Amino acid sequence: MSRLDPPRVNRRSFLTLASLGSFLAAMGTAAAGMLRLPNPAVLPGPVRRFKLGPPEQFSAGSETAFTDQNLVLFRDDEGFYAISSTCTHLGCTVARSKDGFACPCHGSRFNSKGGVVGGPAPRPLPWLEVSRAANGDLIVNADNEVPEGTRYSV
Amino acid sequence: MHNLHDLPRTLKESCFRLGKTPESEREESQATFHNLFLHIHSVRVHVRTLRPTLTFGLGLMATASFIITIITGVLLMVYYKPSTDLAYQSIKDIHFTVSTGRFIRNIHRWSAQLMVLVVLLHMARVFFTASYKKPREFNWLVGLGLLVITLALSFTGYLLPWDQLAYWAITIGSNIANSPREFTDAIGITKFFDPGGLQKRLLLGANYVGQDALIRFYVLHIFVLPLALVALLGVHFWRIRKDGGLAKPEDPPGGLAEWGGERRPVFQPLATKTYGLMALVKGKRPPVNRGPENTVMSWPHLFWAELSVFMVTVATTLILSYYYDAPLKELANAAVPENPAKAPWYFLGLQELVSYSAFMGGMLIPMIVLVGLALIPFLDRRPGGEGTWFGTSGERSVFWQSLLFACAVTVGMLAFTVNYGWLRSWFPNIHQVWIIAINPGSLLVLIFAAWSLFILKRNDSVRLSAVALFTCFLVSFTLLTYFATVHRGPNWHFYWWPSQWPVH
Ligand code: FES
Repeated sequence: MSRLDPPRVNRRSFLTLASLGSFLAAMGTAAAGMLRLPNPAVLPGPVRRFKLGPPEQFSAGSETAFTDQNLVLFRDDEGFYAISSTCTHLGCTVARSKDGFACPCHGSRFNSKGGVVGGPAPRPLPWLEVSRAANGDLIVNADNEVPEGTRYSV
Repeated sequence: MHNLHDLPRTLKESCFRLGKTPESEREESQATFHNLFLHIHSVRVHVRTLRPTLTFGLGLMATASFIITIITGVLLMVYYKPSTDLAYQSIKDIHFTVSTGRFIRNIHRWSAQLMVLVVLLHMARVFFTASYKKPREFNWLVGLGLLVITLALSFTGYLLPWDQLAYWAITIGSNIANSPREFTDAIGITKFFDPGGLQKRLLLGANYVGQDALIRFYVLHIFVLPLALVALLGVHFWRIRKDGGLAKPEDPPGGLAEWGGERRPVFQPLATKTYGLMALVKGKRPPVNRGPENTVMSWPHLFWAELSVFMVTVATTLILSYYYDAPLKELANAAVPENPAKAPWYFLGLQELVSYSAFMGGMLIPMIVLVGLALIPFLDRRPGGEGTWFGTSGERSVFWQSLLFACAVTVGMLAFTVNYGWLRSWFPNIHQVWIIAINPGSLLVLIFAAWSLFILKRNDSVRLSAVALFTCFLVSFTLLTYFATVHRGPNWHFYWWPSQWPVH
């Protein structure tokens, strides 16, 4: 036998290794399976479609803050748009400041169109989808983002 | 009848196997050895270990405050209800109606805060006395695990009252867990690979902060984390014992046993005496005629020391709890966070970092620091300096230099950002990747790393460069914490003093 031959594995150590390996594999799979439990299959949560009332209620050039819904509704000459007031940094609620929005938690600043102008926020405040219900009320779907500048005209 | 008469004595003898106060060294060692709670100690300890200025009893104090926290925590569980509707009210009940409820809750909180503080100090003392060196590397890692669990216990704890602090801490905490998205979003791979989303889902159990999250944090706080802590603590203690007690320098040959200014009973090996196995600390065979020198019996010296540290801890906690109430903010309000919304002190340094970039400050930098700390004993392998404060030559001067250096750099960085803002204020359209990569937090880490490399080059000593790095991190953690506590006001603006905050 030359030194280049692979070392022989005898039957006993082969079986030992195999049984150890299968033991570890079984335990690993079991652990992975157990970790699936805390990963929720359905995500419970409130419905995030908000009825905000008839469009006539909001005059052109107005802005209305809906604190419970965490959004601000704007109306300008081109139509309605809604901006989420949940900070894109770590989820605090931003407040309206002189020329935009300011976050109380780590100092992110946004302009009045939601664009980031300072602080750690990684993305602009999302614009939310505006539509109308069958009875004519405005609806904002807070789970649906739309591109900045999208307006809903009545 | 006779047996009945003897009952008190026989009962006592069955509990305490010795049955009386030990009178000889042999009995003292038996008292230690035959008791479940004492036998984690070795029968004799080295006199150096007992010197208060070596350890200041910090590890023991951390353990003591943990025990106090456990006991009071179990008591609080009698009334606390982990439900978003009831939690706040149940804390109010504990505070205002339950007899001694307020006191017990205060003790729970203060001992927890003490534990965080003392664990940090304990780590610093182990580092500066070089007590992590071989063979204690593994115990240093266990200690890091204990530090992380301690912080996690504190975090999950202050979420439970479901007040404003709790609600927004959960929101921010779970979004920090989500923050790898800041990075995956920036390079556009979130659709395929989303570790942040998974972490957030696991923590909240839902899309929004609510009942599912509260239950999860409750389970972590009262069961998972304490259990993990106890298990690791067991390993920690057991390793101290197996690694030959606390770290100490080698004894000079034939050294004398002076302790506390007087001579104490010291193990004097005599050729005519044989020692039972119970007097062994470590080693493969009984050291015939070669007993460990400069050691004293654990009973009573070590036990007195331990008892007094325990009493100091209890007294501190009781005094604090008597004079200062644990705060309870307003009921959680999902619509408006407080302004400023601040974490408890031990996370404020982190909050300052997070205010540069969530991913960098909340995940990457803590990771880097943890990994760095974990590597220390494996990089610094040259023996020497164990068990003495600033044991190797030059350590003290490197410590002071690093202290000054870190102060200057951190204060300079903070002053700069307060006055001139950062990248985003100069280039509003800058890509997020740049914000993540180049922010005051990551720059601090880089500068400190460079400093420690410089020390390494200059002195050719890994220990000294570790001292430099550790000191820098300690100093800047302290400064960031101070800065965020005192100087950050509404909208995270800089104010010289909270009294200057705008009133609204
Ligand atoms: S959550 Fe808004 S800046 Fe951090």
